[in-house]
Amino acid sequence: MPAADFRTQVEALRPYLLRYASLQLRNREAAEDAVQETLLAALASQASFEGRSNLRTWLTGILKHKCIDAVRKASRESPLPGEDADSAAADFDALFDERDHWREHPKPWEDPDGALQQKQFLQVLEACLAGLPARTAQVFMLREHAGLETGEICEQLSINANHCWVLLYRARMALRLCLEKNWFGK
Amino acid sequence: MNLSCKRATELLSEEQDRDLSFQEWTALQAHLVICRGCRAVSGQFKFLRQALQSLVEKEK
Repeated sequence: MPAADFRTQVEALRPYLLRYASLQLRNREAAEDAVQETLLAALASQASFEGRSNLRTWLTGILKHKCIDAVRKASRESPLPGEDADSAAADFDALFDERDHWREHPKPWEDPDGALQQKQFLQVLEACLAGLPARTAQVFMLREHAGLETGEICEQLSINANHCWVLLYRARMALRLCLEKNWFGK
Repeated sequence: MNLSCKRATELLSEEQDRDLSFQEWTALQAHLVICRGCRAVSGQFKFLRQALQSLVEKEK
């Protein structure tokens, strides 16, 4: 492929990449940096793309690693203290009685598959994600959005596996409460 | 091993991220049989994974 065509095709995917990085990093500036680095890396290595079928998949693969780098760098430079332990756990503690059983049993959600077809639902989901504490959200998005294995996340962010599972648990518990409040419980 | 609902929800989450031990898995299954609240949460956690995938799909 001529280099000019390749550049055009890569550039056309910028909005998609930016959205991906924004969801992952929750910071417009950091997302733009990651996308920029991805595009530069892609243009510099056109040869390694030749022969692969899907440009977007290839670019997303590069971007994923740029996002991990960004999260790792951010967690080194400004560790996120405090948020972890107490505040988040307290929210869930209220759901359980002194024997750690439900005070009020959760009910199944109605028509979850139908919700996925609705644009508004995905907006609510994004708003719920934006409401998660920073570190919790980072780990959850690396797991569920970027699709990394827990072991890889732990290693990249230098946290132990147990801590990783705790953060993922908090993310899921917070998201189910948020979706219940803003969508399914309505 | 009798699980509390809180512990059961932790295992339901961890099940998505690691292989549970046989003991954990059997305890969880036994709990789910008798606890409709945790059964609901089980479905909701699985749905969350699906929902995040939808978000990825939507980006395409």
